[in-house]
Amino acid sequence: MSNTTGPDQIFRTALAKNDIVLPRCDDCGAFHFFPRVLCPHCHGTAISWKPASRKGKVHTTTVVRQKPERGGDYNVCMVELEEGVRMMSRVDGIAPGEVVIGMDVTAFVGEADGAPAVFFKPAEG
Amino acid sequence: MTDQLRGKSAIVGTGHAGFGEAHGLTAYDVMAQSALAALGDAGLKLSDVDGLFCTMMEDSMPALMAAEYLGIQPRFIDGTMSGGSSFVNYLTSATMALDAGLCDVALIVYGSNQRTGSGKLVTASRPPAYEAPYNPRYPISAYAMAAARHMHEYGTTREQLADVAVSARAWARHNPEAFERGPLTREDVLGARMVGDPLTVRDCCLVTDGGGAVVMVRADRARDFPKPPVYVLGSAAESSHRQISQMKDFTVTAARASGQRAFAAAGVSPGDIQAVELYDAFTINTILFLEDLGFCAKGEGGAFVEGGRIAPEGVLPVNTNGGGLSCVHPGMYGIFTVIEAARQIRGDAPGIQLNDVDLALAHGNGGVLSSQVTAILGSQNTL
Repeated sequence: MSNTTGPDQIFRTALAKNDIVLPRCDDCGAFHFFPRVLCPHCHGTAISWKPASRKGKVHTTTVVRQKPERGGDYNVCMVELEEGVRMMSRVDGIAPGEVVIGMDVTAFVGEADGAPAVFFKPAEG
Repeated sequence: MTDQLRGKSAIVGTGHAGFGEAHGLTAYDVMAQSALAALGDAGLKLSDVDGLFCTMMEDSMPALMAAEYLGIQPRFIDGTMSGGSSFVNYLTSATMALDAGLCDVALIVYGSNQRTGSGKLVTASRPPAYEAPYNPRYPISAYAMAAARHMHEYGTTREQLADVAVSARAWARHNPEAFERGPLTREDVLGARMVGDPLTVRDCCLVTDGGGAVVMVRADRARDFPKPPVYVLGSAAESSHRQISQMKDFTVTAARASGQRAFAAAGVSPGDIQAVELYDAFTINTILFLEDLGFCAKGEGGAFVEGGRIAPEGVLPVNTNGGGLSCVHPGMYGIFTVIEAARQIRGDAPGIQLNDVDLALAHGNGGVLSSQVTAILGSQNTL
């Protein structure tokens, strides 16, 4: 039977249901990412899971240059969520070079290599 | 390293092999040739080595593989793998082991055939689970994101990044051991193929073969060898993360802490350093490390490197062999910062030899700005 209680499994199980949840330390109240069995800030071990705000800003960004026949250029960036955690991701829906530091983005659950993963699109309005 | 270890060990031999293209040789062949070169420089034999400090891009137990290949049975080994910084880090562990009598002759060695073997970076690393879905290109995407953030926060320009590569090439042009010795202009760098914005292929280190080694002994016998001894005055490390997505501030590296402690152990300050050898995997590295090691203020690295200020005849000699950008970069470059710093102090640098160098700095970077190790080396005059 697969283990569905470890932090990595909890995150991925939620993603498969289109939910993005983030681990938050009960002791110090800070969020962290990637998921793990302890809080990297205060080292507490009581962790709760909270639905993510899905609101973030591009912290830094690059374009991976690739020949068109191999799929073309694509974006890789770091997004800082309102919760204060950063994750690597990609902003979809605009050209990779149009992704700029500081832009507001919204998270959604997409797919990478057949598995669900968190991606972002430019925030509306 | 604390000041208790200041000057307790010395480099008495340096060597390298397989620079550029080492056709027909394996990574371990190049490693062994480098070891023999350094031992020959020191007037020692492989059978004298009882401490081995080694890691490779291949295998999960490379130090054991190296000892086996060399036909030695060391009583002390350190195979700590912190990426390219490992070989600067070994200066600390070798000094500790020598000082404690755990070994008498320490060999630090590395070799790679990544250019002729595969043509790209060899790695035993798996992509991190929370980064892999986005296909970052390792390691350039990490450094590109650090460069982009530095440009955003401090107004650093692509022209300033390019000038790091131009300066490295200006040094390399005088170094017969360097792989790239042709002319290189700022326009060449800016107009080169973009690989990971804002970095072009000329903002990136070379992909070459090559290996390097240094031999160390306790200071009390360091003057009994053919070449002038180069003392380890201070060395210190700090590790901040493994994955680039975990780097807290993309514009500040752990070199700030490693540098402060290395300078404190050596009892010197940045203004005393006559040759600065930095791990320049990408042009942004040189700017970050000059800032973090205290050669200029945070955010001023771009202006500091501009217009030949770190080139020959500039204000500070940086990467006097041509660095990883123009001299050699066989997967991990750290050992070569130590070798060039030692040779500048000994007075037998292969390219431009600076006058009367008593103090030099070697700085290793590992992973994706993850592990930072700083060493201050000095001549007999600095003891």
